[in-house]
Amino acid sequence: MKAFLALTRAQWKGFWRERQNLFWILAFPLMFLVLFGSIYRDDVAPKYELVQVGDVALFDRMPAEGRQALADVFEITKTTDKAAAIQKVKDGDADGAVSMTGNTLEVSYSGADATAAGMLQGTLDSFVQSANQAVSKTPATFRLKSTRVEDSRLKPIQFLAPGLLGWAVAMGATFNSAMPFVQWRVNKLLRRIRLTPVRPESLVGSRALLSIVIALIQTALFIGIGVAFFGLKLSGAAWAAIPLVMAATLAFMALGLIVGAISKTVDAASGIANVVTLPMAFLSGSFIPLEMAPDWLLAISKFMPLRWLNDGLMDVLVRGKGAEAIGLPILVLLAFAIVCSLIAARLFKWDDKAA
Amino acid sequence: MGETRGSTTTTSRGADQTVVIEARGLVKRYGSLTAVDHVDLAVEPGTFFGVLGPNGAGKTTLLELIEGLRQPDAGEARILGEPTWPRDTGLLPRIGVQQQASSFFERLTAKEQLEVFADLYGVDHRRVSELLEMSGLTDKSKTKTEDLSGGQKQRLSIACALINDPEVVFLDEPTAALDPQARRNLWDVLRGINDRGATVVLTTHHMDEAEVLCDRIAIMDHGQILTVDSPAALVRDLGAATRINLRAGAIQVEEARGIRGVEGVSQEDGTLSLTTHDPTHALTELARRDALDGLQVTGANLEDVFLNLTGREYRA
Repeated sequence: MKAFLALTRAQWKGFWRERQNLFWILAFPLMFLVLFGSIYRDDVAPKYELVQVGDVALFDRMPAEGRQALADVFEITKTTDKAAAIQKVKDGDADGAVSMTGNTLEVSYSGADATAAGMLQGTLDSFVQSANQAVSKTPATFRLKSTRVEDSRLKPIQFLAPGLLGWAVAMGATFNSAMPFVQWRVNKLLRRIRLTPVRPESLVGSRALLSIVIALIQTALFIGIGVAFFGLKLSGAAWAAIPLVMAATLAFMALGLIVGAISKTVDAASGIANVVTLPMAFLSGSFIPLEMAPDWLLAISKFMPLRWLNDGLMDVLVRGKGAEAIGLPILVLLAFAIVCSLIAARLFKWDDKAA
Repeated sequence: MGETRGSTTTTSRGADQTVVIEARGLVKRYGSLTAVDHVDLAVEPGTFFGVLGPNGAGKTTLLELIEGLRQPDAGEARILGEPTWPRDTGLLPRIGVQQQASSFFERLTAKEQLEVFADLYGVDHRRVSELLEMSGLTDKSKTKTEDLSGGQKQRLSIACALINDPEVVFLDEPTAALDPQARRNLWDVLRGINDRGATVVLTTHHMDEAEVLCDRIAIMDHGQILTVDSPAALVRDLGAATRINLRAGAIQVEEARGIRGVEGVSQEDGTLSLTTHDPTHALTELARRDALDGLQVTGANLEDVFLNLTGREYRA
């Protein structure tokens, strides 16, 4: 026990005193959160830019609330030169140009952005309809009432925070076991420890404890910063993220042990760990949603421990699911940890020469 | 326990044993290379034992086999009567090992390193300040190991090997890459360990170091031990010639050859060298001719023993 605590303490101090660790394991993933979070921060739909040529009686005669609705959707600039207005649309500087000849509202738009085009036509069409209605003095028979529903396609931050957190945990735990392990083999500290009466379990256990604590710190930072600055809304059994992250840390630590066992130098370990974790982050939907991914890719992603971590995190952090949602992911992650540990144990070497 | 031990060459704990380290028929092969080739060895309690040989002679591998870090392909090594392979956590607290590489935990201070190793052995932390003192690192106790000099790292590494107050200490080229001053400082530390009763095994490729420190020396080459004896006996048995060095031109080469008893004369790099088994006569003759300019007289040393045994240039 004394040896276990001493090893944990030594590695804990060593970790925090190495600035590179702080950068790669804490600051670097957080940078991604801040970056993506800032890009997608505006929850309001973007306004469409509309160029109005000359007088458009329809707009000008509109009652106050209609004008407001118009201003909510469009950023309107006025001009008198129709050709210049259309050129602006062609150049992509405006989404559409609108003019009125007699009773006809004429709109020119670019087909490049299908959403903008649809939005433009639909909205303008509805203005024309309601104007017609007002002229004919017929009260509206049908009305549309719309309510927004949280669908399974989440708002960017809701999706980004759990995904990036999953990636951060995966990267942290993998690097944090692979690299010290190789370093200790190269500088022969591993052999030196072997000459003390320490049990190997104390050594592995202390590393696991350190990795778990670091992963939980990452979790707290990600969720804290997401909620405080980027409008992340937690729904579901958020506490269940803790056991989930712990199980995932063990899985990635075991993966890191394999990487460490097959790497001859620290640089090689870092390279291999990158080759393993980065594609896995994409395949597991850490950066981009997997909804549009083809079936074969989804099938592959089921073999990625990170996919299970990401799914579990999303369920209990933002999809409003209960703790039962992490049951299967935890089982899969622990199974992955056991299999990787067994492989790592087979590949394990105390030093570079064969014993 | 350290203070109860005397400064004699036997330990109280090892007194019941006549042999502390025993190797029988040790063999270790790496592919086609036989790094250790049927080595037998016996080291008595309290001995300062040196393993001397050029790089690649198999010294380090031999030590690793004895310490139980590697599995021998044949033979057996015992320390304090116990086999060292497989790993025996009962035996490990009784031995101390300093390795060639400075193996430390990252970013810990000198004091913290010693504290971790103390905890790994379950030893009281009081021993830490004792060892910092002994290795002359007290004022560096708060310095991270990455910032220590080569000599300081070596001394800390040795201090870590002594944290458990071991009965047998292995030191693998402890003075490699040290400047002469640091080497001599370290020699004092090493003598101190031996004086307190521990059996010390040291590998080195410095002849002078082995000569100064060791009670017994094993000369090793090509994975085999060529001979084991005390440094004095090794030199004596060699019956080697004395070398007389003079400044070139102090005497004509031909004239030097004419002196009775001079067996060889050579001149290079501004130095004239004479070899003889009768140094008294040769020196008298040189003095009579007033040809002692730049005089240096050296008797045979371990280097000559080594050259004689291996028949090849010493690759220090």
